[in-house]
Amino acid sequence: MIRIDSVTKRYPDGTVAVDRLSLDIPDRSITVLVGPSGCGKTTTLRMINRMVEPSEGAILIDGVDSRQQPVNTLRRGMGYVIQNAGLFQHRTIVDNIATVPRMLGWSKDKARARARELMERVGLDASFAKRYPYQLSGGQQQRVGVARALAADPPVLLMDEPFSAVDPVVRKGLQDELLRIQAELGKTIVFVTHDIDEAVKLGTMVAVLRTGGRLAQFAPPAELLSDPADAFVEDFLGADRGIRRLSFFSSAGLELLTAPVVAIDATAEQIAARGAAESPYVLVTGLDGRPLGWSEPDRLTAGQIDVGRLLACGRPFVAGQDSLRAALDCAVLSPTGWAVAVDHEGRAAGVVSQDSIAEAIRGAHAAGREEPKTIKAGARKVIR
Amino acid sequence: MNRFFDIPSDLQHDWLGLIGLHLREALLPVLAGLLLALPLAQLCVRLRWLYPPVLWATTVLYAIPSLAFFVVLIDYTGQTELTVMIPLTIYTLMVLVPAIVDGVRSVPQETLAAATAMGFGPVRRYAQVQLPIAVPAIIAGLRVATVSSISLVSVGMLIGNQGALGNLLHDAQIYNRPELAWNSVLTSAALAVLADVLLVVVRVLLTPWMPTGRSGGRSRGAGVRPDPAVPALEDAAR
Ligand SMILES: Nc1ncnc2c1ncn2[C@@H]1O[C@H](COP(=O)(O)OP(=O)(O)OP(=O)(O)O)[C@@H](O)[C@H]1O
Ligand SMILES: [Mg+2]
Repeated sequence: MIRIDSVTKRYPDGTVAVDRLSLDIPDRSITVLVGPSGCGKTTTLRMINRMVEPSEGAILIDGVDSRQQPVNTLRRGMGYVIQNAGLFQHRTIVDNIATVPRMLGWSKDKARARARELMERVGLDASFAKRYPYQLSGGQQQRVGVARALAADPPVLLMDEPFSAVDPVVRKGLQDELLRIQAELGKTIVFVTHDIDEAVKLGTMVAVLRTGGRLAQFAPPAELLSDPADAFVEDFLGADRGIRRLSFFSSAGLELLTAPVVAIDATAEQIAARGAAESPYVLVTGLDGRPLGWSEPDRLTAGQIDVGRLLACGRPFVAGQDSLRAALDCAVLSPTGWAVAVDHEGRAAGVVSQDSIAEAIRGAHAAGREEPKTIKAGARKVIR
Repeated sequence: MNRFFDIPSDLQHDWLGLIGLHLREALLPVLAGLLLALPLAQLCVRLRWLYPPVLWATTVLYAIPSLAFFVVLIDYTGQTELTVMIPLTIYTLMVLVPAIVDGVRSVPQETLAAATAMGFGPVRRYAQVQLPIAVPAIIAGLRVATVSSISLVSVGMLIGNQGALGNLLHDAQIYNRPELAWNSVLTSAALAVLADVLLVVVRVLLTPWMPTGRSGGRSRGAGVRPDPAVPALEDAAR
């Protein structure tokens, strides 16, 4: 475990970048440092690998002061990823990734083999191996940066706004990739960002820092959203934290109605029976069970259902896997006000109204109040 | 045409011999200049305050005419090649020091941070990251220095036959053979162009990592300076 023990950093010009900060960074999880620009996130991160030396306080790694070991040994045991990747422009992609293993004395072949293995792990095609950084897109370079940091299999990964220079779509891909890698490798990751959404998405624990380098709150993201410590944190979380908090509630408890679902080859009696069900619309599915669209029951004629005339049903949510936020989003976007739930194969599992989603949200909140720590550090979250 | 390559015997060399001599007198100073400039530039990078005075000093030295150097040096090194090469070496510094300093400084901050974070010590970082990335800028400097040096060697004729191809100018005058002057000028120009092309080839071979051509990929603003023109030829007048 990395323990930041009441650390202060005062730069030579008198700037106090970090002020008596204490954090216990749990092993094998992602701890996010988030806060406005200039609040000391980078400084904190760099004190962990001693690129910046604390003015006061100490950083303990598994109980031992980090100053006990030679600085370069310490650093080689910690991967470091930064914005724009900071790749060596004069080295090929494999050689960039193989840098630290080579420094640790691995043979060239072994280091390169390891590099190729990592390229695959971070989702880079093997054909990039012999290329140079300028031939890669920003997102690809960032993947190389992550691979390079992982090369010597360090237990700790320090990441300083690694994804902030890429577009939102690529960023989401990289974030998902990081979560996957973390699940597979179980690294201890300290992740700096100024993007609260990224913090909530990635963090097992989130430390919100305020200007002047003081800790405002250190909590799991769900707790941050439900119980911000003060007005600063609440402000920083933004206006729609209520909605975002729904990401942490599973849709498993939703009551799905199967009555208003008819197959495209339904008989007149089946359609009539569905028409009498609880909803004003019926959902028509294909022969494979996938949802095709909505219709009012009396507009459907058995044997002559025209797919082109159905109301689009939009993107469905995966029952049980997606969060209440995803379910609510589907319902809000649906022309009928009803959300379509599908199973993992994409077959319609049922439909649910905005009202019953609202019901489920109230229920989840109530359960949350009784048992405020339901989602603990380390618990896998539903992200969607 | 025969008379063009018919070198008077007082020069003690045939045409090819003069070329060899010329190249030696021109290129050794560039090499020596590079060896001097590398540590000097590194000092300037590490101690920022040192750079302006060093830059100023190299500029002032550059402004001293070679004749003045000869007058002083001749008492110590006589009428030798060395007397010609010492000022030439000093002149290269004015180009090479800033080229190397700019090259090393052009290494992006995040690249340096990444190197440090990976556990590079300062020496390893200089040799494996800063210097290789500075290669294009250094070679750009070397091109200017080399061309300028090749044209400057000729002034060696002022101290008696130490100007290699430049000596032909003198002989052209005393034997009234203008074709020798043409030979001198054209051969030095050809050597300069050849050396320049060679350096470009070396640069291309050393830097496969540089974006090629206008169409080539994303430049990351590595601070690669545009190729130097050949302003150095103007120095021929010195
Ligand atoms: N080398 C330095 N010398 C003096 N002050 C510094 C130095 N580095 C950072 N600071 C100051 O320390 C404070 C914290 O800087 P830091 O880089 O840690 O912020 P940050 O949270 O990473 O900000 P950003 O989100 O903009 O990257 C800032 O006020 C900054 O100006
Ligand atoms: Mg920062």
